[in-house]
Amino acid sequence: MGLGKYSRLLGGMALAAVAIGLVGGKAIAATELTVYTAVEAEDLKKYAERFNEDHPDININWVRDSTGIVTAKLLAEKNNPQADVIWGLAATSLLLFKGEGMLEPYAAKGVDKLDPKFRDKADPPSWVGMDAWVASICYNTVEAEKAKLPLPTSWADLLNPVYKGQIIMPNPASSGTGFLDVSSWLQLFGEDEGWKFMDGLHENIARYTHSGSKPCKLAAAGEIPIGISFAFRAAKSKAEGAPLEIVIPKEGIGWDMEATAIVKGTKNMDAAKTLVDWSISKKANEMYNEGYAVVAMPGIAKPVEHFPPNVAEKMIDNDFEWAASNRERILAEWQKRYDSKSEAK
Amino acid sequence: MKPEAGQAGAVRKPFLRISDLTKMFGTFAALRDISLDIYEREFVCFLGPSGCGKTTLLRAIAGLDIQTSGRVEQAGTDISALPPSERDFGIVFQSYALFPNLTVKKNVAYGLQSRKATRAEIEARVAELLVLVGMPEQGDKYPAQLSGGQQQRVALARALATSPGLLLLDEPLSALDAKVRVHLRHEVKELQHKLGITTVMVTHDQEEALTMADRIVVMNQGVIEQVGTPLEIYRDPQTAFVADFIGTMNFVPGVVQGPGRVRVGQLDLTCQIDGLSQGTDVTVAVRPEDILVPEGKPVSENAFDARVGDMEFLGSFFRADLVAEAMGEHSLRADMSINIVRRLNLKQGDMLPVALPAERIRVFPGQ
Amino acid sequence: MASNAQAIATPAHTVRPQLSRDDRIMRGFILLVGVWMVVTVLLPLYFMLSKSLEDRGGDFVGLVNYAAYFSTPALFYSIGNSLTIAAVSTVFTISLAFVYAYALTRSCMIGKGTFRVIALVPLLAPSLLPAISFVYLFGNQGIIKGLLGGNTIYGPIGIVMGEVFYTFPHALMIMVVALATADGRLYEAAVSLRAGPVRTFFTVTLPGIKYGLISAVFVVFTLVITDFGIPKVIGGQYNVLATDIYKQVIGQQNFQMGAVVSVVLLIPAVAAFIADRIIQGRQTAALTSSSVAYEPKPRRSYDLAMTGYCALIGFMILGIVGMAAYASFVQFWPYNLTLVLKNYNFDVMDGGGWASFYNSLRMAAYTAVFGTAIIFTGAYMVEKARGFGAVRGGIQFLCILPMAVPGMVLGLAYIFFFNHPDNPLNFIYGTMAILVIVTITHFYTVSHLTAITALKQMDREFESVSSSLKVPFYKTFVRVTVPVCMPAILDVSIYLFVNAMTTVSAVIFLYSPDTALASVAALNMDDAGDIAPAAAMCMMIFYAAATVRILHVLATRGLARRTQAWRTR
Repeated sequence: MGLGKYSRLLGGMALAAVAIGLVGGKAIAATELTVYTAVEAEDLKKYAERFNEDHPDININWVRDSTGIVTAKLLAEKNNPQADVIWGLAATSLLLFKGEGMLEPYAAKGVDKLDPKFRDKADPPSWVGMDAWVASICYNTVEAEKAKLPLPTSWADLLNPVYKGQIIMPNPASSGTGFLDVSSWLQLFGEDEGWKFMDGLHENIARYTHSGSKPCKLAAAGEIPIGISFAFRAAKSKAEGAPLEIVIPKEGIGWDMEATAIVKGTKNMDAAKTLVDWSISKKANEMYNEGYAVVAMPGIAKPVEHFPPNVAEKMIDNDFEWAASNRERILAEWQKRYDSKSEAK
Repeated sequence: MKPEAGQAGAVRKPFLRISDLTKMFGTFAALRDISLDIYEREFVCFLGPSGCGKTTLLRAIAGLDIQTSGRVEQAGTDISALPPSERDFGIVFQSYALFPNLTVKKNVAYGLQSRKATRAEIEARVAELLVLVGMPEQGDKYPAQLSGGQQQRVALARALATSPGLLLLDEPLSALDAKVRVHLRHEVKELQHKLGITTVMVTHDQEEALTMADRIVVMNQGVIEQVGTPLEIYRDPQTAFVADFIGTMNFVPGVVQGPGRVRVGQLDLTCQIDGLSQGTDVTVAVRPEDILVPEGKPVSENAFDARVGDMEFLGSFFRADLVAEAMGEHSLRADMSINIVRRLNLKQGDMLPVALPAERIRVFPGQ
Repeated sequence: MASNAQAIATPAHTVRPQLSRDDRIMRGFILLVGVWMVVTVLLPLYFMLSKSLEDRGGDFVGLVNYAAYFSTPALFYSIGNSLTIAAVSTVFTISLAFVYAYALTRSCMIGKGTFRVIALVPLLAPSLLPAISFVYLFGNQGIIKGLLGGNTIYGPIGIVMGEVFYTFPHALMIMVVALATADGRLYEAAVSLRAGPVRTFFTVTLPGIKYGLISAVFVVFTLVITDFGIPKVIGGQYNVLATDIYKQVIGQQNFQMGAVVSVVLLIPAVAAFIADRIIQGRQTAALTSSSVAYEPKPRRSYDLAMTGYCALIGFMILGIVGMAAYASFVQFWPYNLTLVLKNYNFDVMDGGGWASFYNSLRMAAYTAVFGTAIIFTGAYMVEKARGFGAVRGGIQFLCILPMAVPGMVLGLAYIFFFNHPDNPLNFIYGTMAILVIVTITHFYTVSHLTAITALKQMDREFESVSSSLKVPFYKTFVRVTVPVCMPAILDVSIYLFVNAMTTVSAVIFLYSPDTALASVAALNMDDAGDIAPAAAMCMMIFYAAATVRILHVLATRGLARRTQAWRTR
């Protein structure tokens, strides 16, 4: 009798363990799509709702995390993919996956309507773009006033010794945004001039962070007068009341895009295709435009509040393939030159 | 070893038979070739200094630490390899091992509940056992609320509850203070007698063994030195170790002179010698209380003069050191009644004639 | 008539003890525990070790990765950094905690109970909390940044300060025990021999607490060198090993190099652990049971000084927590100090939202319940089973091993092992179960040792008595062992719960978006620059841990009242 009780207890434990194992298995009403994304947490609900307006039979299970973590996760799961679709991850990451053969090429309906910049050059494309996020300089007017710092208007301005110890930027070894900055400078100025620029910039950098959005947040909070980050975050902070000025340097700005792709080996191919089709639709692009100034479909974008208006013109002709294939080399060089100042991570 | 002819005769069959039992701990032999028969209703004590293997033997009988080789039979069945739960015994430990979170009643009922008995039957049995150990009123207390002696009674009741065929007691009284110990000795013995349960008790206390046991098994360094009734063990120790361990004993070195004669110093002593040839070095042993003070009566055998050394007053008698020139540098301790001391007005430094009765002298080979 | 002489004639044969049903069940359990330990500790570590010897394609390349590691200054400099931080933090923590412990045990200062509670407060907070608090206190907009004399908090200074806060209670607890168990008679002897206070301190006090002191040193050193949260948040450009692992894995998706750094980090942790075990092994022989407790006598100025010291430390501890609590309500630091609740609106922020907090509560509860059940049952089987020595010894070793494995390393090892496509346990990857398992494993050793200590204090003959009464062991386990050990069981469960709430390092690689945890959310929010919400999440963790801790105290008191009849304390 005692044994019975005991084994029942153990049985209960085992059952509970199994139950824990099944977390996430919600009631199956329609096709379940597991979608990996790095889209802002607050936007996810909206994305799913808009999509379900047109396709109520497909249920999206979001797996959301920051770009680096989602990328690491997808790579770790390479041999045993869990995701059906990637919707809203940096194109740089998707290029990496393409190189690893992890993506299912698919010509989504209406892919021709996209700006050619916003799609994989291959046919059929392995990924399609959604919107662009662009580099920018966040300038805290209050703190700059205190430190008597002029408003920079170009990347070159940042080399001015007056900014010594007053600039924060993301570490390219840990942040996609950081890498975006570095690769765009190398493209913009050429390799030699690019490194020379960074050598000079390094002298003024207070520290490197690992998060791409952190420099702008720190600038907003006055921890540092100037943060090199991307503009989307800056606009948000400004909306919250931060004394920020968003500077689009006149030489041009690096950018990356959020993109969509089907994971090779998905068991829900039809639903995955449906989602990718929808993700480049006009309705989707209008949705992206609520947060992002530049979207994949030409002629859709309307100006976004607190966002500099001339962004699209300043975007450089970013060669993602080049950046992806040279990533390891660039990072190794960068670490060799500057990593003593990278924020511990 | 001495055959167990004694009281039993050929009719009696052993209840517990241990044959050729050896227990190794690594390369150390804790028990070597132990063979022993224990009879039904007997109270047997394993007696010996710590480390002699007595507890190891008890735990082998219980199956708690099974022997390396050898047999244990109980009631005609070979139980050598059986785990404790498949043997038939109750056990009491020095530490009591009472379950602290259970009341006295629940402790006693612990072994009954797993058997098919009704609640009323269990309650009746528990009440009966508590009366048996003299604690009818304490059933609802917790062990921590009882004295040591009371706790040990509860442990005894718990061990007896399932009416086992064999009761094993592992130094059950050693943790108690002297007075309680003496008191409980009698009670345990009486209880054992009343229930007629075959009992094996481990103890290092010779007094306990002498007063409680029907037979004593004296053990030393993993072997049995002697088995016998308390009187046999005391009166007729078979080895120097037993002679030394039980009671007090004077040892002096000697040499066999011839049949029935041993020389100690310049003294020629008459005594019983079994099969030792002339010239053999021996140890001569005599108990302090066996040393006679003739008080003028003429004694021819083994008499000599001795000087009284230190005198120790031990309550009902004196223990005196006796130094005899004839015996060389060896002194003897002798017990003298208060009467004799008073009559002879004995004090340190007095010369005194003494005698060693031949039948009280033990001779062991070797020095 | 049988005689012993005849008995000797029977041939001696080796007895092969038969197993009882109890024995078989217990061995079954021991094997289960063994399999559990192998699966949760040994295999993951093995997979990690082998990963460090592979290239990106998964082919064996020998020590190539290590060669690469040691030829990259940016990487191997971290070893020196980690050791420096650990050494400096240890010196500070031990010094501060020693005086505090001395005040608690060797003075007649007032408010000892309160000071004791305050000193334990850091245990309830994730290690990120002091780091975040320091940003508000000493950052560029910090309210008392002047105290740093122009130095930046982002770097070794910040890390050391954070680590001292975080490790202080650990060191304190060990040293209070060491000081409290010292023999008062030695002090009486010292006084009677006219030894001065300084001489008494060096000849009596220090030798008396030697082992406690050494133990505290190793505990603090290991905690610091393996800590991830503090250097991550406030380390600035100062690289340490724990954060290097994260940087390799998350920043560059270089799992092989992550494994290499993990192995490098394992070495000092294991070394400290082995040294401690060896030294503590000697201690048992040095303990005496006849010690008399030392009773401090009132000395006015000394007691006042001690009170002042403890008040200062206590103020700092509460100040650090209080700063985070305050900052979590501020609208927009430092420009708008209106107090609002918006930072608690986690659902609109990165990290996982309120769901992560509830996940943490669930995860901590599962860890406490299942962890306690597994650890206590396992300890019981290992401690009380008969025979089976080699297996039990092996399991005992595996139970002690997790202490030496840093959380980051364990987490990474779990990825390699559980996410291996051929692993039949692959299905738990990304679930709550793997978080619970890794957390149980991470905190296994201390819990196991607590359980073993409690079990050792029980009469070792309980099992013998039960088997003689033919009561199966599991009945005695349920009816006697568990109730008697209930205080220890509660201690283990609360320890697991609080640590599961606050831990970051082991779970950072293993959570999935469905199972995001509060501590990880705080880290990620800080990472994204949302420092105030990160502070808010840390405070939620703190409140939850504190609440459970208080419930635990009440439960223990209730238990003590209910069982005072049979407990002889």
